[in-house]
Amino acid sequence: MSVGPLSIPDHLKIGLLSLPVLVTACGGQPRGGLIEVDGSSTVFPITEAVAEEFQKVNPAVRVTVGISGTGGGFKRFCAGEIDISDASRPIQDSEIEACRAAGVEFIELKVAFDGLSVMVNPGNDFVGCLSMGQLKAIWEPGSTVRLWSDIEPSWPAEEIHLYGPGTDSGTFDYFTAEIVGEEDASRADYTASEDDNVLAQGIAGDAQALGYFGFAYYEQNSSRLQLVAIDGGRGCMLPSRETILNGSYMPLSRPLYIYVKVASLARPEVAEFVRFYVQNATTLVPQVGYVELPQAEYDAGLRALEEALR
Amino acid sequence: MNTPRRRLRQNIARLFYWIFLAATLVGVLTLTVLLIDIWRDGSPWLDLDFMNSFPSRFPEEAGVKSALFGTIWLLALTALISFPIGVGAAIYLEEYAPRNWVTGLIQTNIANLAGVPSVVYGILGLALFVRALALGRSVLAGALTMTLLILPVIIIASREAIRAVPPSIRDGAYALGATRWQTVREQVLPAALPGIMTGTILALSRAIGESAPLIMISALSYIAFLPGGILDQFTVLPIQIFNWASRPQPEFRGLAAAAIIVLLVVLLSMNAVAIYLRNRYRVQW
Repeated sequence: MSVGPLSIPDHLKIGLLSLPVLVTACGGQPRGGLIEVDGSSTVFPITEAVAEEFQKVNPAVRVTVGISGTGGGFKRFCAGEIDISDASRPIQDSEIEACRAAGVEFIELKVAFDGLSVMVNPGNDFVGCLSMGQLKAIWEPGSTVRLWSDIEPSWPAEEIHLYGPGTDSGTFDYFTAEIVGEEDASRADYTASEDDNVLAQGIAGDAQALGYFGFAYYEQNSSRLQLVAIDGGRGCMLPSRETILNGSYMPLSRPLYIYVKVASLARPEVAEFVRFYVQNATTLVPQVGYVELPQAEYDAGLRALEEALR
Repeated sequence: MNTPRRRLRQNIARLFYWIFLAATLVGVLTLTVLLIDIWRDGSPWLDLDFMNSFPSRFPEEAGVKSALFGTIWLLALTALISFPIGVGAAIYLEEYAPRNWVTGLIQTNIANLAGVPSVVYGILGLALFVRALALGRSVLAGALTMTLLILPVIIIASREAIRAVPPSIRDGAYALGATRWQTVREQVLPAALPGIMTGTILALSRAIGESAPLIMISALSYIAFLPGGILDQFTVLPIQIFNWASRPQPEFRGLAAAAIIVLLVVLLSMNAVAIYLRNRYRVQW
């Protein structure tokens, strides 16, 4: 910034009349440039952490990160408005089409794993494990499951109260695709919130609750929630850093991505930022509550990046 | 005469006293509980570092600097744009416009615009300022959007202030040979200014609490630099609060509460200025 660091009182003193002066003062951008990132709010904490560290090393470069959601991010990305798109699912065919139509070439980089956890109230002593089939029966559209005993006859004939993310969330997209078998197909009579903290609160305070959301939010609320193990065909498995990382918590662990516009990589600051992202993910990803990829995957991402840079 | 009928009437009168008092206390109590709750969560985080740091993934290092400056920038620019337009429109409608159905239609429309949900202005701002005029997600685009949002409020408040100036003042000026513009400039505006300022400041304090229109035009969530010009990107306090409140770690909810305190302080001091102006410069006729 060519204005230099101004303290608050100075800024107020300068007042309204001198705004045009500030504008001209900033007319000539210093070397460094601006990197614009937008997209998934799930990936946001990772990109924020990377941006924070990157700007410590490269103070002249400005990085901005938005949270328009995975779909909203791709819309801006394929319109050519931003350099990098955060995504909690792979890019869809219709979005690839939009990018192609606008002439936006991109590379896809996996940056972390996120596990979806299924949870009940800690007072619940009968649900230890659910199979994929049982989860599907609970959550599919038109589901007839109303009481716990509808899932397993030995369970109490009490009404189940369901909690889950709202339809705009990438978590919802992913869960429905994996469990129900069709993206965005879900029963609608559950308590929905885009804010996972609200869901955690709900499940913690409701003895008959069953719900799902991201593993990072479970970790922060582990004292007042109880995990349900998932049987994906190879026995009951609880989500944990190990089982998500080694792939045995199937199928509810999902990769998180960034998509980088190839044309932006021509700018050295963008290329440097993406390289920094992949190189430091192993350290930064766990700090914000996600599970890092095996080193080999980051190495592969780095190779893909160097490939695109050539 | 203490007839049963009279006692009944007196009891009813007393009953209504308590009902109205309770109605008043609902508002006061809610605000008190809210303030205590926010203060308990937020005050441990509130210090000079918090005001002077950029957002961070480490709660101890995170601060509201970019959001606070973004809010101040947005506010100043919005005031600069909306004040002349709003007051100009009010002067035209009160002092110049003929009283006919066109004027009536304009007035009804302004009153209706004041009730339009703010997110609608956000959509308009996104289409018009960000995309069509290609201003991008800049402070200027945000300020223009906020101007649309608060313009009806400023116009209505300014008109009321102008209308409160007695016609005899204008008649006196005309009798001395002043033109209409001289009358407006020398007599009407100075007399109406405290009312206009109060209305404008209250409208601006509505604007600083708004996040919906700014989320539409996508003011950003993470930004670790201050806007240096009107075409720079920015973020504001409500968006920073929203962002922190939705993070998994409980520490960020403390940060959100601390940012709410900062926002409340800005809001309350603006309202205090409005009240001061009203009391200090109020003219009695």
